[in-house]
Parts: sequence; structure tokens; C-alpha cells
Amino acid sequence: MKPFRTLEGAACPLPLANIDTDQIISARFMKRPRSEGGYGQYLLYDFRFDEDGKARDFALNDPRYSNARIVIAKRNFGCGSSREPAVYALADYGVTCVIAPSFGDIFASNSIRNGVLPAAVSEADADALLQSAHVLAGLPVRVDLAQQTIVAGNLSVSFDVPMQWKARLINGWDDVDMTRAHAGEIAAFATKYESENTWALPKR
Amino acid sequence: MAARPLTIIEKIWNAHAILEREDGDTLLWIDRHYVHEGSNHGFGQVAARKAEVARPDLTFGIADHYVPTRQRESRGASAEIRNMIDLLEQNTARHRVSLFGLDDAQQGIVHVVMPEQGLTLPGLLIVCGDSHTSTHGALGAYAFGIGASEVAHVLMTQTIWQKRPKKMRVSVSGQLPEGVSAKDLALNVIAGLGSGGATGHAIEYAGDAVRALSIEARMTLCNLSIEAGSRLGIVAPDEKTFAYIEGRPHAPHGELFERAVEEWRKLPSDEDAVFNAEMAFDAAAMTPTATWGTSPEQALPIGARLPDPADIEDETKAQGVRAALEYMGLRPKMAMSDISIDRVFIGSCTNSRIEDLRAAAAVLAGRRAVVPGLVSPGSMLIKQQAEQEGLDKVFVEAGLSWEASGCSMCVGMNGDIVEPGQRCASTSNRNFKGRQGPGARTHLVSPAMAAAAALTGRLTDVRPLLAGRKP
Repeated sequence: MKPFRTLEGAACPLPLANIDTDQIISARFMKRPRSEGGYGQYLLYDFRFDEDGKARDFALNDPRYSNARIVIAKRNFGCGSSREPAVYALADYGVTCVIAPSFGDIFASNSIRNGVLPAAVSEADADALLQSAHVLAGLPVRVDLAQQTIVAGNLSVSFDVPMQWKARLINGWDDVDMTRAHAGEIAAFATKYESENTWALPKR
Repeated sequence: MAARPLTIIEKIWNAHAILEREDGDTLLWIDRHYVHEGSNHGFGQVAARKAEVARPDLTFGIADHYVPTRQRESRGASAEIRNMIDLLEQNTARHRVSLFGLDDAQQGIVHVVMPEQGLTLPGLLIVCGDSHTSTHGALGAYAFGIGASEVAHVLMTQTIWQKRPKKMRVSVSGQLPEGVSAKDLALNVIAGLGSGGATGHAIEYAGDAVRALSIEARMTLCNLSIEAGSRLGIVAPDEKTFAYIEGRPHAPHGELFERAVEEWRKLPSDEDAVFNAEMAFDAAAMTPTATWGTSPEQALPIGARLPDPADIEDETKAQGVRAALEYMGLRPKMAMSDISIDRVFIGSCTNSRIEDLRAAAAVLAGRRAVVPGLVSPGSMLIKQQAEQEGLDKVFVEAGLSWEASGCSMCVGMNGDIVEPGQRCASTSNRNFKGRQGPGARTHLVSPAMAAAAALTGRLTDVRPLLAGRKP
């Protein structure tokens, strides 16, 4: 995975709480292969387009934010379904950082596995960013993962990210490679566990 | 020094911890991994690495998200949908993973079938690429939903990296009144905690009201944990749990079962175990409940009136209420019981078990629905049992359609959708915008409340309809 150090780009303001993963990508698009043009085209689709496919009045359709690399939202972003395609939709669109006061647990965990940073800020800082003239003008916002800071013009705020996830993103670590380094310990554990807990094996 | 008292959450975690890194990430052993059509991204990552499934014997596949509930012989409503089912068949066959496929007599919804088959057991660590995996906690398993990359990781290694969750105990005292079910209880808990209120926590459900619930009802309660933000909800196993499991096809039998029960009796949280958060609810005070908005936390008793955003101080919350009222086509302060309904759906991993069907049928028997409805049992075995009990006739005579098992109209992936602008009283788990189809409006209710709505064409207090009937 590509290491994540810093990011600079326009930030799309989405001043809404509880944007669930069904909104980020509707189930109806998930039977299409990601290899065909990526999932970016489906990102927040029903916010962006009406029933006839006509563009709605929505931030991502605004030229200031249409090439956003960052999204700023209110609390509980990515709650709901475990669908990783929600993260694929963001990443394929070009968004590799979401700033919000809190995130759905599974969404946040999926983000890390795809090089997308879920940056948790205070409610007050989220509001300040959402109201910042710099952000609203579509000017570049800078995210520094090592420093855990977000700078938008003269506004600078810090963000939280669990240290395990920070290390993974900064180093571009891959879970499977990391785990395989422990193959011996896993095999030893499995042997012992299964001999002590024979009941835990499914009856055939 | 006496050992530190532990919660059930910590006991199962510790038993599965292979190693812990300095930063606190723990590598956990997985006892069961359930896969479905949506797991194709995970299998894709395995293929991209030219890897194999580490433990096909601990991996079980099931076709549920995309399967047709009608015209099964079509094998799917469109070529794209059939492809999803084909991919699951190919991936499980390629990796020698057992599959409850479209044509199997045991097919159904993953969170219904795996407990039914005796694959879900107390003390096990279970994952599945579906957020409602929390359901399996009803049997005392540590079960949580994961994303596609984690699915791939589990397929390749039979392990997962996790941070220790915080622990929350939700204690429910008292007794649920008649006509008030585990669904109403869960909706009240979610409304109390908020849709992100348990984020980062594992929930243990405890208290008299929880102990009094059947295993099926506990599954409904644990199923909805994720709607309060918690990846898992768990109920300590007890005699009811053991009785539910004994004799199921894939559960331990005979002497092995006895030994397992001995182990399972050690699981409940120690008396003085400490939780990071404690929440208390009173079951006796609860009444039939429904959601009115677009987040499961937007739930109210049937006798209540809708909120007015003008009365709400928290601006983010007020904005959420305004947006929900607008999407749902509702007015501030209107009575819950004045909300009209265009159709009902009885099904999903939340409420499709035999008890759920019985509860709905008890309300519908000898009566006629005024709106259309779809009933999709949680498994083909439940369908068979319901037909033996004559429940199918009750539904059909009431005017509802009785179909095969799958996720169906809960998520609309198989083409069972609610039309734009239509309002559905649904026993499922999410009232998100567009969840049941673009523009669809969902009101989450219990099976009995869905039946009541079918009879009147509006959200209706089911209790008077139960008078003189055996619930």
C-alpha cells in the first residue's frame, strides 16, 4: 500500500451527521465490477443526482469541490453497513482523507486498509473547518499525518487517529504481510487451541 | 493475588489472542468465518495474491444478499445479480468451502442459518463481511462484522488484527409488557444511546428482561447493536442457550456437548467485572415503538408525536430532524399513529425467525390486510416449519405474499424494492435513505407492529389488536 504522509487538496464540506455507508454507495451499484471505471462515479450518488440523472445542487457538483481530495463532515460518518465499497468510492473518486468528529468503526477500519485517513477532530473544530472561508473557497487544505494537523489558511487544528492505524498508513504496511511474519506463532496457537477446545470445531 | 474479574468480552478475547503488538493491536484466532455473495471483493484479493484459503473447514458460505425470493428457477432477477450468485459458487468451490447455496434446503440468511445449523456456539470468535454479524452474540459468541480487506485477511490467515474494544453493559430490568418485543426493546436502546452512542464499544446485554428473552429474541436484540454504533453485542449463555444448541446438525454432540457446556458455563462476566460504560433501561416502561426518520435512533413510542426541529437545541440534531422529516414526507408534531403505510415487509436477519412469523400471524389470523406485503422467512427450514404450522395460510389469506428466504427487501439487492416515495412498515434493521430502494421511506417496527400496520394502512398500536388472542 502507498504510504500516507501528507495530503494537500480541496476539501468538500458535507455539513451533515450520520452519513451512512448506504449513502456513500448505494447497494444497487455494488454488483458492478470495480474494474469497470472504478466506484468513484457512484460516490454519494443520490445526493449528487436526481431520479433522472440530473445534477442536484450539492457540494460535490460545485466546481470548487468537484476535484476534492478531502471530505469534511459531522459526527458518525460512515455508520451502518460494513460495505468496503464505500471506501472504494471515496478512494476511486480521489478522496483519501475524511475529517469528522467520529466515524463508524467498520468504515474507519476499512479506510485504513485502503490508504484513506479517517481524521477525528472535535465537534468545534469540525464546525470551524466547515465554516472556514478558506475551505469554502475550495482552496487547498493540508493534512499532515505525522504531526496530526490540518491546516486550512490561517486555521490549524489537530486530529486523532489510533496509533496502530497511524503506523500502518505512514509506513504503507500491508496486514497480510505483517501477519505472515507471525506464521509460526499462528500455527502453534492453532494446534494448542484446537487440541484444548475440540468442541469448537464444527461437527461434520 | 486473586485474578482480576473479567467480562465475557475479555474472556473470549483472551482465549483467542495469539499475540499482542506493542502498540496494542492484537492478532486474534477466528473460529468461524461466514461468507456470502458480497464477499467477492475479499476472494478477489485472495486471487490477486495467488493465495489459498487457510482454513476452508472453518469457512462457510451462504447465498442470501442477492437471491430471488420469487421465481427461484430464474437464479436471479438480472444477469448482474445472477453473476453475484455464480461468483459465490465459483469462489467457494475453488477453495473447497462448504456452501449453503440457492437450491439447498438449508439456505437462508447468514445470521439466521448459522445459529440454526449449530455452527454458531458460545465462546467462539466469529466474523463475517456483514455488519449484522453482531446477531451471533445472542448465543454468547464474540461476533462482529468486517470489511472486504479483512475478509481477505481472514480467508488467507484465519486471523484478524483488532484493537481491544471498550466495554459497555446495557442492563435492562423489569419485564416487557405484552405486545412489546425484543425489537421494541432494541429500538428504545438505540434511541437512548444514539446511533453512534456505542461506537468503539462492545456491548454486553444483561438484566432480567434480557434473561427472559428467548434465543430468537436475543438475536433480534444483538442484531441491532451496530445501529447504536457497536460492532458487537453479546448475551451470556445460559440454560436456554444450551437447550437451543443441543442436537443441531453442526453443534458438538454427546460427550463433547457436555464438555462444551462445562466450558460455556465459565463464560459469564465475573461478578465484579468492570465496564467502561453502564447504561440502564426499564423494560416495563416500554411500549410498541417505530422509527419515523432516516436513522434508527429516530424512534418513538407509537403513542408519541414527531419532534419539531424548532424545539431542538443541538443544531446538528435539529438539522438531522429537518432533513429526515423532509425525506420522509412528514410534518413536525404529527402523531405517529397518523403516519400512513403503503406496504409491509416481514423478514430480514433482524426479524424473520419462527417466533417473529408466529407473532405477526397471531395479529393477522382471520383478518385482511389493506396494503400489500411481502413475507420472507429467515431460512428455508423456517419456511417449512411455518408451513407445517399453517402460518403461510394466515399470511396468504390476509393478502400478503409468502416467498422464499433471503435478505430481500431489507436491502433491495435482489430486486425486491419499495417504490420511490412509498412508505414501508418493515421488520428490518435500517431506515436509511434509499435503503429499501431509491426514494423509499422505511419505518422500522416489530413483526406484530408490521402486521398491525398491514391491517390498518397506518402505523398502529398492536396491543388492542391482540386482545383475546394468544400472542
